[in-house]
Amino acid sequence: MLLIKQAPDIKNSEITDKKFFDRRRQFLQTAATAVATTMVAPGLLVPDTTHAGEKLQNVGKSSYQLDEKLTTYADITSYNNFYEFGTDKRSPAKLAHKMKTRPWTITVEGEIAKPGNYDIDDFIKPHTLEERVYRLRCVEAWSMIIPWVGFPLADVIKRFEPNSRAKYVQFVTLYNPEQMPGQVKGLFGGGLDWPYVEGLRMNEALHPLTIFAVGLYGEVLPNQNGAPIRLVVPWKYGFKSIKSIVKMRFVEEQPPTTWNKAAPREYGFYSNVNPKVDHPRWSQSHERRIGEDNLFSPKRPTPMFNGYADQVASLYAGMDLEKNY
Amino acid sequence: MTQIQWIRWIAKPVLFVLCLAPLAWLVWDGVTNNLGANPVETVRRYTGDWTLRFLLIALTVTPLRRLTGWHVVIRLRRMLGLFAFLYACLHFVSYIWLDQFFMWDAIIEDILDRPYITVGVASFLLLIPLAVTSTNGMVRRLGGRRWQRLHQLVYVIAVLGVIHFLWLVKSDISEPVIYGAILALLLGFRLFWHLRGRSRQPAGASG
Repeated sequence: MLLIKQAPDIKNSEITDKKFFDRRRQFLQTAATAVATTMVAPGLLVPDTTHAGEKLQNVGKSSYQLDEKLTTYADITSYNNFYEFGTDKRSPAKLAHKMKTRPWTITVEGEIAKPGNYDIDDFIKPHTLEERVYRLRCVEAWSMIIPWVGFPLADVIKRFEPNSRAKYVQFVTLYNPEQMPGQVKGLFGGGLDWPYVEGLRMNEALHPLTIFAVGLYGEVLPNQNGAPIRLVVPWKYGFKSIKSIVKMRFVEEQPPTTWNKAAPREYGFYSNVNPKVDHPRWSQSHERRIGEDNLFSPKRPTPMFNGYADQVASLYAGMDLEKNY
Repeated sequence: MTQIQWIRWIAKPVLFVLCLAPLAWLVWDGVTNNLGANPVETVRRYTGDWTLRFLLIALTVTPLRRLTGWHVVIRLRRMLGLFAFLYACLHFVSYIWLDQFFMWDAIIEDILDRPYITVGVASFLLLIPLAVTSTNGMVRRLGGRRWQRLHQLVYVIAVLGVIHFLWLVKSDISEPVIYGAILALLLGFRLFWHLRGRSRQPAGASG
């Protein structure tokens, strides 16, 4: 077993050097432009700023930073739970290019003053983008440190003027089996109920930590990470942070959520990161940090609310977190 | 070259190298830093997959022999069974060491509270007496009949192995169902032959 040791002289950062990504991307862009300009009349060339990896403009720094080492771009974009593109964590990176993120419409409806359908770019335009470095803790007991680019969900919610009956926000992912092969009914069933749905209580949705993300590492979000727009709720297990959103619905009752429907004993509505409440099939007390821990390093302890207890514990004052898992 | 010589000097060494290939592949991926974003998970899954595969391959020997009349394959069965045990050991060690890093309280909690781990550990423990009694000397000491009875435990072990896999997947059960279907087929042959054999014997005959 000692043979399976990572070569100590090769650091992860050297293998997945961001510069390599940038250089390759630049080369591809130059090549694509060269081909395009020779084949298409110049007047038809429209600048396309919506593809994964394009640099996002005017991204402000925020005070949400962490002292921990960022997970590499390569790991964040190649190890994904996005069952719409298969249950293997490597398959979203291979298959997500099938999803078309433009044109993209977001429907906002329910207990609000301004329901409607919004083009993704119009939806994002009023907001100032900022970088937020957050911990991501998957319910499967692994974690990453991710530099998202996005804006507070609270700012979005205020725009649509929810009324007093809006107690919860429900989110819905795109349903399109042609673009999302994982949504095709499997041979033995047992898969998830599509489309993927998630939800937050209003005070969770309005919390300053909760954001809509549209970027990663200062660039447009890659499809496998939930382009063109996804939720990020850093004190909850990753599956709460629903990807590729097409609908927001403001409702009075607690909305159904996909993993809760699939296995209610294993995945609750709240799903706050909690090292003291185990998943029935594995312990949640420790986690493995992707890319940093090698084959022979022990797991690290998981902090309450994924390290955001100071900011969010008050949301759950008086609630039994064993029961409301 | 007699058939026995052919088995000993060619078939067995070739099979031995083939059975080691999955392990060599894993070591190579480890050395070249190719185990993916979560190497521990990769090693744990990979060794578990190959344990189940080798159990199924070993269980294919008897039906293959009866269906083809190619009796010499029985001489390869022990090696296949022992490789199933080797991969099971690696799988077990990857859980105790790489995954839990010897956190014994967590391991004991897992075994007591989590049915898929209980079943997995049980099937691993049941494999140990089979590996220990796999030598010719042990067959003689136990007597062929008793030895065979003991080694029929492998049916239970394989069923527990598939249940272990089925209970650990989160939503898509197609892979464990495929392993289960192959196992059902392999055990189905045996059940069929067993029932047919019984019905041919006069009632009350010992046999």
